[in-house]
Amino acid sequence: MSTAPEPAAEPAEPAAPSAPAARPGRETLHYAVRNPKLLIGFTVVVLLLLVGLVGPPLLDNADPNEYVGPQAAPPDGTYWMGTTTFGQDVYAQFVHGLRATFLVGVVGGAIAAVIAMLVGFLAGYRGGAVDEILNMLTNVVLVLPALAVLLIINAYLGVRSVPVQGLFIGLTSWPWAARAIRAQTFSLRTREFVDLARLSGSGTWRIIFREIAPNMSSYLFMMFILLFGGSVLIASSLDFIGLGPTEGVSLGLMLQSAQQWSALQLGMWWWFVPPGAGITAIVGALYVANVGLDEVFNPKLREA
Amino acid sequence: MRRYFARKLLIYALTFVVAVTVNWMIPRFMPGDPVAAMVARARVSQPEAVEAMRAYYNNLFGFDEPVWQQYLHFWGALLQGDFGLSIWVFPKPVADVLLDALPYTLGLMIPAVLLSWFVGNWAGALAARRKVLDNTVLPAGYLLTAMPYMWIAVILAWALGSKAGWFPISGGYSLDIQPNWSVDFAVDLFQHWVLPFLSLFLVALGGWAIGMRNMIIYELESDYASYLSALGAPQRLIRRYAFRNAVLPQITGLALQLGVLVAGALVTEIVFAYPGLGSLILAAIQNQDFFLLQGAFLFIVIGVLIANFLIDVVYVVVDPRTRTGMAGGQS
Repeated sequence: MSTAPEPAAEPAEPAAPSAPAARPGRETLHYAVRNPKLLIGFTVVVLLLLVGLVGPPLLDNADPNEYVGPQAAPPDGTYWMGTTTFGQDVYAQFVHGLRATFLVGVVGGAIAAVIAMLVGFLAGYRGGAVDEILNMLTNVVLVLPALAVLLIINAYLGVRSVPVQGLFIGLTSWPWAARAIRAQTFSLRTREFVDLARLSGSGTWRIIFREIAPNMSSYLFMMFILLFGGSVLIASSLDFIGLGPTEGVSLGLMLQSAQQWSALQLGMWWWFVPPGAGITAIVGALYVANVGLDEVFNPKLREA
Repeated sequence: MRRYFARKLLIYALTFVVAVTVNWMIPRFMPGDPVAAMVARARVSQPEAVEAMRAYYNNLFGFDEPVWQQYLHFWGALLQGDFGLSIWVFPKPVADVLLDALPYTLGLMIPAVLLSWFVGNWAGALAARRKVLDNTVLPAGYLLTAMPYMWIAVILAWALGSKAGWFPISGGYSLDIQPNWSVDFAVDLFQHWVLPFLSLFLVALGGWAIGMRNMIIYELESDYASYLSALGAPQRLIRRYAFRNAVLPQITGLALQLGVLVAGALVTEIVFAYPGLGSLILAAIQNQDFFLLQGAFLFIVIGVLIANFLIDVVYVVVDPRTRTGMAGGQS
């Protein structure tokens, strides 16, 4: 199970610090709508999100696990993605599963981003002993294999739900992001406008959120995208091992039941191809969009 | 250098303490009652038998002692290599069950981790040099990193196992052979190893290639590269410097990604029913064998810590700055 690939090169400078506010906004938009990577990536994600949001109400059956059709039928006009060994509609499961996937990505990504920001900003801005302690904490969590921790936590939880899964994923996947934010904050905290704010008597958190954070907002947004993708992948692994939500469907659970009921040996490719392809499409599109965003925000990377 | 290692060792020691504490805390503070679950699983109906089992498990887990004493006992037993008894394969000690599975997991992990790292860095460095390669390596890399490990495993098993029939799709060796030191068994073992290895290798490959490509491009744009080319240095020389500098973060990245790769190995083993730690963990979860689960967790943590330490040693050899102690402050 993969986690988001860390942005390998910690960008030396956050994009365009201290430039006037109005024009870069329009300029960013100008480059954004002309960046094919960004457009393709976002289009794929938005389309899948729409399918997940609009799909379930349009389907006849409310419960995707219901036995509705013929057993083990390949895709046809009625059942677009075929049916499982038990006659469940794979398309209905896929559409419902997309919801769980987006939910776990948002919850896990948001929680991880918040912790990473709190730890990273504080360590980077305050430095000294605060930095030492927070850095130590970050390193400890970084070395612990997240999935192994999640495995034992989930095994002991009685009833498991998608938000709870997202919560635990968020609590374990923040360290690399915290480190990256800390490094960025280090380079920003000695700038003139931060000094000016400090001289005018602003408190630590006020300086962090008014002066430092806005100047790396593009970086923070990209980090959230990577954390989102990472959460989706971790959740799919947990689901696959049998530690997914105990109710409903998710793409990972679909893969698990396909595996459990030997879809592979029976050659029922329509059972295990869609859920994995769905996860790959979401996460891959997010990564590609991220590269596009990087090019939009970072003039150095733009192709002339 | 001494400071660098002291710091690293402190972090590893702390991580180990945290891991053991988490391992100890979870059955005690999580909702749900593991003892009740185990008693229920045994399906005994007489109340006296239920009571006896409950007392037995409470004693085994040490739930009948004060909390601080439980914690100390947990550590005491652990330091003597005592992980408790497995419930799934009852009288066998957890440590023995885990040691039987370990060679399979290591045999899968070590080649997959090292080869994907080398091949990925090589492909990434090439991609940074040629536009044509860049346009193929980059999208392929993103596709591969975005794939869940178990899905690529299932697809490989389906395409190369079920359809093409080239490789067996489950188990560590054929059921009709007894493990022994013969060529036949070695060939059989290898055939069963190929698909799980490939799936781990491919997913990890993409990430390394992208990372290396980005790092090289970043290095080629840096001041020293511009300075060298202003001096009229040949491109090959500049690329060599860029490569050397770009490899360093990739080594750190290897340490960071280890925990993730372990997880990949676990789910891949489950797909192929490969007899390593992953399959054991699945069995432990399905049979509510909490001792086995906790033991496996500690095994994984110890493995990751040892591997991280080895990577730190390699880093000191490769990066001269750590040797002079200049970078001691950064970890």
